[in-house]
Amino acid sequence: MMEVVLANLPALQVLLPLLTAPICFLVRKNGIAWLLAFVATLGSFVVAINLFEQVSNEGVLSYTMGGWEPPWGIEYRIDELSAFVLMLVSGIATVTLAFARKSIAKEIAPQSFALFYTALLLCLAGLLGITITGDAFNLFVFLEISSLSSYILISFGKDNRALTASFQYLIMGTIGATMLLIGIGFLYMMTGTLNMADLAARLPEVMDTNTVRAAFAFIIVGLSIKLALFPLHIWLPNAYGYAPSTVTVFLAATSTKVALYALLRFIFTIFGVEFAFGEMPLQFILIFLSVLAVFSGSLTAIFQTNIKHVLAYSSIAQIGYMMIGVALISVAGLSAGILHMFNHAIMKGCLFMALGCVYYRHGSARIEDFKGLGKTMPLTMAAFVVGGLGLIGMPLTAGFISKWYLVMAALEHGLAGAVIIFSVLAGSLLAVAYIWRVVEAAYFQAPGNDEKVEAPMALLIPTWALALATIYFGIDTQLSVGAATQAAESLMGGTP
Amino acid sequence: MILSPELMMPATALLPVLGALLIAITGRFPNIREGVTLLTGVATFLMVLQFLPGVLNGEVYEYTFAEPVPGITLAFSLEPLGMLFALIASFLWIVTSVYAIGYMRGANEQNQTRFYICFALAIAFTLALAFSANLLTLFVFYEMLTLSTYPLVAHKGTDEARKGARVYLGILLTTSIAFFLPAIIWTYSVAGTLDFQVGGVFPDDVNPLVAGALLLLFFYGAGKAALMPFHRWLPSAMVAPTPVSALLHAVAVVKAGVFTLLKIAVYIFGADLLLDLDAREILLYIAGASILLASLVAMTKDNLKARLAYSTVSQLGYVTLGALLATQAGIEGSAMQIATHAFGKITLFFCAGAIYVATAKTEISDMKGLGRAMPITMLAFFIGSLSIIGLPPAAGTWSKWYLMLGTLEAGYLVLMGALMISSLLNIAYLLPIPVQGFFGGENKDQPVEIKEAPWPCLVGIGITAIGCLVLFICPEKLYELAALLYEGAS
Repeated sequence: MMEVVLANLPALQVLLPLLTAPICFLVRKNGIAWLLAFVATLGSFVVAINLFEQVSNEGVLSYTMGGWEPPWGIEYRIDELSAFVLMLVSGIATVTLAFARKSIAKEIAPQSFALFYTALLLCLAGLLGITITGDAFNLFVFLEISSLSSYILISFGKDNRALTASFQYLIMGTIGATMLLIGIGFLYMMTGTLNMADLAARLPEVMDTNTVRAAFAFIIVGLSIKLALFPLHIWLPNAYGYAPSTVTVFLAATSTKVALYALLRFIFTIFGVEFAFGEMPLQFILIFLSVLAVFSGSLTAIFQTNIKHVLAYSSIAQIGYMMIGVALISVAGLSAGILHMFNHAIMKGCLFMALGCVYYRHGSARIEDFKGLGKTMPLTMAAFVVGGLGLIGMPLTAGFISKWYLVMAALEHGLAGAVIIFSVLAGSLLAVAYIWRVVEAAYFQAPGNDEKVEAPMALLIPTWALALATIYFGIDTQLSVGAATQAAESLMGGTP
Repeated sequence: MILSPELMMPATALLPVLGALLIAITGRFPNIREGVTLLTGVATFLMVLQFLPGVLNGEVYEYTFAEPVPGITLAFSLEPLGMLFALIASFLWIVTSVYAIGYMRGANEQNQTRFYICFALAIAFTLALAFSANLLTLFVFYEMLTLSTYPLVAHKGTDEARKGARVYLGILLTTSIAFFLPAIIWTYSVAGTLDFQVGGVFPDDVNPLVAGALLLLFFYGAGKAALMPFHRWLPSAMVAPTPVSALLHAVAVVKAGVFTLLKIAVYIFGADLLLDLDAREILLYIAGASILLASLVAMTKDNLKARLAYSTVSQLGYVTLGALLATQAGIEGSAMQIATHAFGKITLFFCAGAIYVATAKTEISDMKGLGRAMPITMLAFFIGSLSIIGLPPAAGTWSKWYLMLGTLEAGYLVLMGALMISSLLNIAYLLPIPVQGFFGGENKDQPVEIKEAPWPCLVGIGITAIGCLVLFICPEKLYELAALLYEGAS
């Protein structure tokens, strides 16, 4: 029995949440639905840890669905990067589900709980699927699964504007997905295959055609929409801002990360560094847009009054950092980008959870609601400060480690490197500005009433788990830096 | 000793953190809370003190915590300059605590528990900074010191206090993130290490332009040293209660800045490399200008704390100047200036606070004739002034002496002139205050009766004023540490 499970771990990774989702919908009992969802997520986290260990010991894993050999059948392929992202996504999902039960009780009507967990599990299954699959079309299918369920998740928001936000995301997301599909279609037309490894092997022959160039452009733009790369980010602030707190945590910490993963997969594994950066002017475009993302995101964040929007715009800036790392096209840069993807997921998760705690007590997360929270919700605010210091890049937090590696990588690049270093550091300072507004309101303004209204333990424990992780990964970086470097090396090595 | 000498260092730095926890627990009982503060202070000082004989014998204590980035550790290592700084900080913490008890109660300040907690944390970070074995560790605690002192500056919570604290945090974080951090990373990529090493870390063939650029980045990155034009945070931080000003100006913050500069000059660049750099020349004149300009601005201020703040900017320039001279007398004078200025300036701030508690006066022009009602305070102010100016029988004489000698040794007559003019300016803006206090006419609208400040304030003032005199009479230990530091540089 155990052997069968172990042999089919890659399939289990996706099937666990995918199959639990309809069961959740059918049982319709809120408590049981939550328990099922939590157990399934926890299970997929355990699977991911297992896979991560296997990959770091034995190298790339290949798994054929139903025994159909690639390139005909669908292949699941797990290398260092996908194992790392799988672990990140399922880990964050576990913490998020622990957070969800109490948090959605205040934000969603009780009759929709089961549906909510169903959608959340489907979204998770989609994200894990994107990460694990070795088949380009399969990636598109999973992308659609996760996108459709996230439209539903966002529309659960109590505010009516959640519906418009969800609709806006639906339009943008569909455009992105369509572009991706067109791109994949072109590739299929030229090579007759959909398996990523096979594509990588066959593409060089037909590289010098406009069809492949168009495919490349379609895929990059399509994924950049999902990734919310400036200026394709307009769906993100409202989607994050009006979705229920749990959904915001989940999407902010996983969805854009997985989109980045898909982008890396296409650029480095399928098209290859030479084509992407040698033949196409991708490096200049990415660096230019990322630097703009850092500045525009951070500056806009400073002027928001809804703190959820502040953090959403900050995410746009942080995505800029990740893309800067990627665009440096070196092992150092790429591992800095991947590292920041990991660190940022944890820090933003922590911050959005702290907001969720505030929302739980105050029903909104505007700057006025934060007055005096240092006194009335000390633990929540302390977690917020830890996450905020991480975003700023204070030493002893995960954010510092990201910035350290990013600057180190940029130092090798002369003048362009100087521009990058400048924008990374300027971004940190702007982060001080938007985080500090909240800190000041919380600690140096009198609260509306002095009553202690600390959030319940069920919310505080997951929040603090991520806050402590923010500190932990700022001190012991063996896991994060090691995995990111390995992933970067295998990506730059060329073969999947 | 129960702990090995290696473990003693982290234990020493942790002690105030433990104190902060106890303060938080006992917060509801002010007497016990203050008792805890004082006890922790004394214990910490004794812990620091026991390292002194070893350091004077040339022993080196080391301790490593973690290795967040491969090849770069979070580690402690104690050397003469760190010893000097840790001693001053931990000793003055006790005195400041005694004083703060009188001040905070006398001025009816709110949130006193938060105040004592943050204060203890700031001391812990200062000690850790003094113990740092490499630039990364130093940077970590440099930033934590900034953060832990922010609530102290914003203590009153008024709009003005919040605004001042914002400037404080803004400038210190900006300079450290925009200049200090890239300088550290760049150093790492050039030298391959961040450890403080005798004689510096850079390879012999380092490009002088790169080293010069790094020197500029470091000297402006350590914004706590308040080298003009990044000095604005100091005057705006004076909205804080006076014990905090004492912490900022004498015990921890600005001293952490100049300590960092001196440490970088000696253990990252080394005297030999420093002497070859054009950037040093530029910075020397900037430091000279900073000394003179700040003194001139101080003369125009009627608010006592503002005047003292600008005086600090000027006095910090002395330390910077000495570090950059990179001669024996320069570096020794620079290290001694850290100690003597600490005692002198803390006395002056204590007096300013005592006057505020007793009379609610902040403007110098209102203080005429005050010496008759508050003779102890005014006398202490006089002694503190002498130390800042550099006149016997006060401690400042020695540091000024060596610094002037240093400028002569290095052949910078212009800078020597600047130091002399600055001393004259110091006389002009400091001495009139006690003189007017004793001999000036009565203020017409003087309230009927003014008494001295509460006795804990007077005890604090007394100790530091006597400290100024004692350090003049027996500066041997101080000089020994400073001399050991120079041996490390060459």
